[in-house]
Amino acid sequence: MNDAVTIDRATASRVASRRIETLPLSLAINGEARELQVEPWTTLLDLLRDKLDLTGTKKGCDHGQCGACTVLVDGKRINSCLKLAVTLDGAEITTIEGLGQPGELHPLQAAFIEHDAFQCGYCTPGQICSAQGLINEGHAKDRQDVREQMSGNLCRCGAYTNIADAVLEVMEKQS
Amino acid sequence: MIRFDYARPGDVAEAVRDGAGDHVAYLAGGTNLIDLMKENVARPLEVVDINRLPLAQITDLDDGSLRLGALATNADTAYDERVQARYPLLASAILAGASPQLRNAATNGGNLNQRTRCYYFYDVDTPCNKRVPGQGCGAIGGVNRIHAILGASDQCIATHPSDMCVALAALKAQVQVTGPEGDRTIAFADYHRLPGDEPWRDNTLKRGELVTAIDLPAEDFSTNYTYLKLRDRLSYAFALVSAAVAMRLEGDRIADVRIALGGVAHKPWRRIEAEEAIKNERPSDTVFDTAARALLAGAIGQGDNSFKIELARKAIIRALGQAAAGTPQSQTDKRIR
Repeated sequence: MNDAVTIDRATASRVASRRIETLPLSLAINGEARELQVEPWTTLLDLLRDKLDLTGTKKGCDHGQCGACTVLVDGKRINSCLKLAVTLDGAEITTIEGLGQPGELHPLQAAFIEHDAFQCGYCTPGQICSAQGLINEGHAKDRQDVREQMSGNLCRCGAYTNIADAVLEVMEKQS
Repeated sequence: MIRFDYARPGDVAEAVRDGAGDHVAYLAGGTNLIDLMKENVARPLEVVDINRLPLAQITDLDDGSLRLGALATNADTAYDERVQARYPLLASAILAGASPQLRNAATNGGNLNQRTRCYYFYDVDTPCNKRVPGQGCGAIGGVNRIHAILGASDQCIATHPSDMCVALAALKAQVQVTGPEGDRTIAFADYHRLPGDEPWRDNTLKRGELVTAIDLPAEDFSTNYTYLKLRDRLSYAFALVSAAVAMRLEGDRIADVRIALGGVAHKPWRRIEAEEAIKNERPSDTVFDTAARALLAGAIGQGDNSFKIELARKAIIRALGQAAAGTPQSQTDKRIR
């Protein structure tokens, strides 16, 4: 887009009265095939939380600045708030609900508890999905790399040093 | 977010047909466009999802250059073995920007076409000539710590936010585009533009044109280079000032050098005369300062951002020193040496 954004009154009215059409969408979410119908402006985050009741993924800033909405798409971490669901047709989505379950914690979940890596917990699902993405990517070699490559996940409680400890421990065990 | 029609073309020709018309936006990774749509800054009536086009490859060309597909992600580009070995300046600049999540989604074409992060552009309750022509500029005389010191106009003092593009400017990349009138190649220096009296135009793309690839010339700048980025926090922040340097030494002399700045203008800032001024010289801080002063000649502070002029001068000197010494800035260990 390289245009100035000016929409006249008639155009605005035409947009406002537009009939809502949904589009078919096939996703594998936490290993389960789902056939969905979505409006094209629905983000992956809103689809997960509002339509599929997978509320483990959190809406923090909704602008790609905090990382609370981080999920794995085909094994790679992205901000689900900045991705239109309809663009992901055929993808495999993994959320925090797909990584671990009560009584059967993912190693990162166990490590976060062990290392006291959260206080309020709001950023934690995103932190853990991001950490799994970091491990999948395989570019981190040491603690400094972990800190840098976890920089897309903010923790306003300030548990960063313990988060780095938890991620580093699991990364070293899995590699 | 505005409601829009959605098209998902399967090939480039179909995408160009879908992209013709008013109020159309091409959607790739979405990391900037979706955000702007949530803010009601971007209000396309039709979104053309180009993610199914076959433009995600990175390929060697016969003339020794490397072609980066427009839909290759920033992460796949930065970690590509050929980019790491032959264009480490580009890899370094990409990894200096955004976050891993964003780099996994953001594409190369999208990086070029991302829009300014000027606060006034983003806030639809304030005036902005880039958003609404003729409305005025809130940043001039307003809060302008992040704004331009070079090439600005009396209508717009926004900066281009990309790190990647600063390296692409130094590497003299070529942008391949296609559109209703066919294919063409745009030299990187001519891709982005200064605001002038049309600040709503970020680049020289014509209506309906689509970036398909970015070509990196075969020249070797893999030994003497650096990307030095200065910002308010060590990670996940836009540059206040950044400097990309690509240098070639012969003996103890500078045989070739390119210097591009980020965070200071409406486009990556290069001046040939600043580079020519130090060719065939022996590297020294005095020589580097000559280049810095030539590159920054005519810089104007707006108040909050006036510190950038001296910061940029020092950044250029330090970056030239890092490049000459073959000790590029680490994007993990942020200490500046």
